[in-house]
Amino acid sequence: MEGLIAAAVGGLTAAGVYLMLRQRAFPVILGLSLLSYAVNLFIFASGRVALALPPILDKTQAGYTDPLPQALVLTAIVISFGMTAAIVMMALGAWLHAGDDRIDMTDDDRAAEGRIAGDRTATGDRA
Amino acid sequence: MMANHWIIVPVVLPAMLGAFLVLALRHDLWLQRVFGTAGMVALLAVALGNLAAASAGPPQVYLLGDWPVPFGILLVLDRLSALMVALQAGLALAVTVYAVATGWDSRGRHFHALMQFQMMGLSGAFLTGDAFNLFVFFEVLLIASYGLMIHGGGGARLKAGVQYVAFNLVGSTLFLIALATLYSVLGSLAMADIALRAAALPAGEGAMLRVAVVLLFLVFAVKGALLPLQFWLPGTYAAAPGPVAALFAVMTKVGAYAVIRFHLTVFPETTAAIGPMVEPLLMPAALATLVLGALGVLGARTLGRAVAFAALASMGTLFTAVALGTPQATAAAIYYTLHSTLAAAVLFLAVDLVRDRRGGDGLDLAAPPIAQGGLIAAIFLAGAIAMAGMPPLSGFLGKLMILDAARGPVQGWVWSVVLATGFVTILGFARAGSLVFWKAHQTAADPAPHPAEPWAFAAAGLLLAGLVALTVLAGPAMDWIGATAEGLHARSPYLDAVLNARPVAQTLPPEG
Repeated sequence: MEGLIAAAVGGLTAAGVYLMLRQRAFPVILGLSLLSYAVNLFIFASGRVALALPPILDKTQAGYTDPLPQALVLTAIVISFGMTAAIVMMALGAWLHAGDDRIDMTDDDRAAEGRIAGDRTATGDRA
Repeated sequence: MMANHWIIVPVVLPAMLGAFLVLALRHDLWLQRVFGTAGMVALLAVALGNLAAASAGPPQVYLLGDWPVPFGILLVLDRLSALMVALQAGLALAVTVYAVATGWDSRGRHFHALMQFQMMGLSGAFLTGDAFNLFVFFEVLLIASYGLMIHGGGGARLKAGVQYVAFNLVGSTLFLIALATLYSVLGSLAMADIALRAAALPAGEGAMLRVAVVLLFLVFAVKGALLPLQFWLPGTYAAAPGPVAALFAVMTKVGAYAVIRFHLTVFPETTAAIGPMVEPLLMPAALATLVLGALGVLGARTLGRAVAFAALASMGTLFTAVALGTPQATAAAIYYTLHSTLAAAVLFLAVDLVRDRRGGDGLDLAAPPIAQGGLIAAIFLAGAIAMAGMPPLSGFLGKLMILDAARGPVQGWVWSVVLATGFVTILGFARAGSLVFWKAHQTAADPAPHPAEPWAFAAAGLLLAGLVALTVLAGPAMDWIGATAEGLHARSPYLDAVLNARPVAQTLPPEG
C-alpha cells in the first residue's frame, strides 16, 4: 500500500514537472494539475496510511486514522481547483490575444513572423 | 473575560465589504469608490487601534470557534503582525485614492472588490498563528492579486500574468508539500506548538524536519523574490497597472515577514534537530539578489522595469538584514521593511504618472516634456533617493543600521556588496531619471495637455510623508522596533501568550 501511494506521488510529480517545463501554456497547466494531484495524495499520506479504521476514537476498534490530513486535503483540493480555473481563464485570454499559447514569444516576434496584424499587438495600455 | 474581537476585524471587514461590492454595487462605480475608500479608512483605523493595543501589552491570541490551542485555528496580534497590518492598510488607502483619482479603477471590473479581498488575504497572512491557515491566506491574497495584476487587460499584461500565476502555483504546491511533511514529523500545525515539538525532537532525528524547513523557506523565498526564485518579479511588477504594482510592494514583504516569523519564533537556530541551517543559505542568496537588482536598475530599458529591479534589490537588502540574525539586525530589517515598501510604492506611482502622460515608459523613447513634469520629477527624485539609500531619507538610515549590525566574518561581504550596489542603483536611477525628465527638453514641443489629477499627487504625497515621518521620527520608531525585535528573539512572549491561551468557555463561571 505504501509502495503504491509512493509510486503514484512520484509518477504524478515527475509527469507534472516534465509538463511544467514545456514552452506552451496548455501543457504547463496540465502539469500544474498533475502536481496538485500528487500533493493531494501526499497530504493524505502524511497522516500515516491506515486501512479500514474509523477517523474518530472508537473503543471497539483497534485504532483510528488521522482525520486532520483529510480535512487539509479537502481545503487543498478546493483551492487548487479555483486556482486552475483562474489560470485557464488567463491563459485563454492570452491565447485569444496572441493567436498561440507559446510563452517564449513576444508580440514583436509574432509580428515579425507576420502571424498577427499590427493592430492586435497594441496593448491599449491606459488607452 | 471577553476575547478581543478587534483582532479579527482586519480579516472579516474586507471579506464582507468585498462580497458586498461584488454582489450589490456591481454596476455603480461611484458607490464602489465610496465604499471601497471608506473600507480602507476603516481598516487603517482598526489597524492603528490594534497597533496601539499590541504595543501596550503582551501578544494577544484570538481563538477561532473557541477551540483550545493546538486543535483550532488561532490569530495572534503581536507588535510585528500589528505593524505589518497597519503598513498594508496605509499603503492600500493611498493606492485606492490614486486609482480613483487616475480612473484606473474604471478600466476593468471589480477593482475595489479585488482590493478588499487582497486586504483580507494580507491581514490574515500577517495575523494567523497557524501554518496551514497561513497557506490559505496566501492563496486568498494570491488569487486577488491575479485579478488585480491583469486589471485593465492587454496582451503583455495577460502574458506576464500567466507566468506570475504559474510561478505562484508551483510555490503553493511546494508549500503544501512542506506543510504535509511538517505534519507527518511533528503532528501539529499551530506555529507555537510546532516550535515546542521541534525543540523537543532529538538532534539525530531531524532529517525529515530539515527537509520540511528548507521547503518552507523556499516557498517564502518565492514570495520574497529571493535569487534564484526571483524570475516572476520584474515582469510582473513592470506589466501590472501602476497602482497595483505599488500595492504589490507589500506582497514581497509577506515573504520576508514569514521568514522572520518562522526563523525567529518557530525554528530558531537553537532547535537541536535543525541547527544553524537557514542563515548560511539565506545570506549568499540575499547578497546575490541585491547585486542582480542593482544591475537590473542600471540595465533596464523601461522606467517600470528599473523600479521593479530596485524593488528586487530592496528585498536583497532586507533578507541580508534578516540573515544576520541578531536582534539589532532584525530591528534594522523591520525598519527597512517599512521604508522599502513606501519607497517602492512612491516610485511605482511616479512611473504610472509618467507612463500616462508620455504614452510609454521606454527609456529609448523620444517624447516631448510631460504635463506636471516638474512635480512628477520631484516625486521620482525623492523616491529614488529613498530607494537608493542616499541621505537625507529613511533608506540611508535603514542601510546604515544594517551595516552597523553586520559584525563578524560576514562584515566584509555585507559592507562591500551593500555599498557597491547602492552606488550602482544611484547610477541607474540617475540615468533613467535624466533620460525621462531632462532629455525630453531637447524636443521643442509643448507638453500635451492632461488633467491635473490633484488627488493622485496627494496619494503619492501621503506615501512620501510616511517616508519623511519614518526619517524624522527614526529615534522613537527604532526604540519601538528594537523592543519588538528583542521580543521576537526572546520568543517567550509569543509562545507563552499562545500556549497559555484558554478558551472563553473555560474562563466563564459554571452555570447554576
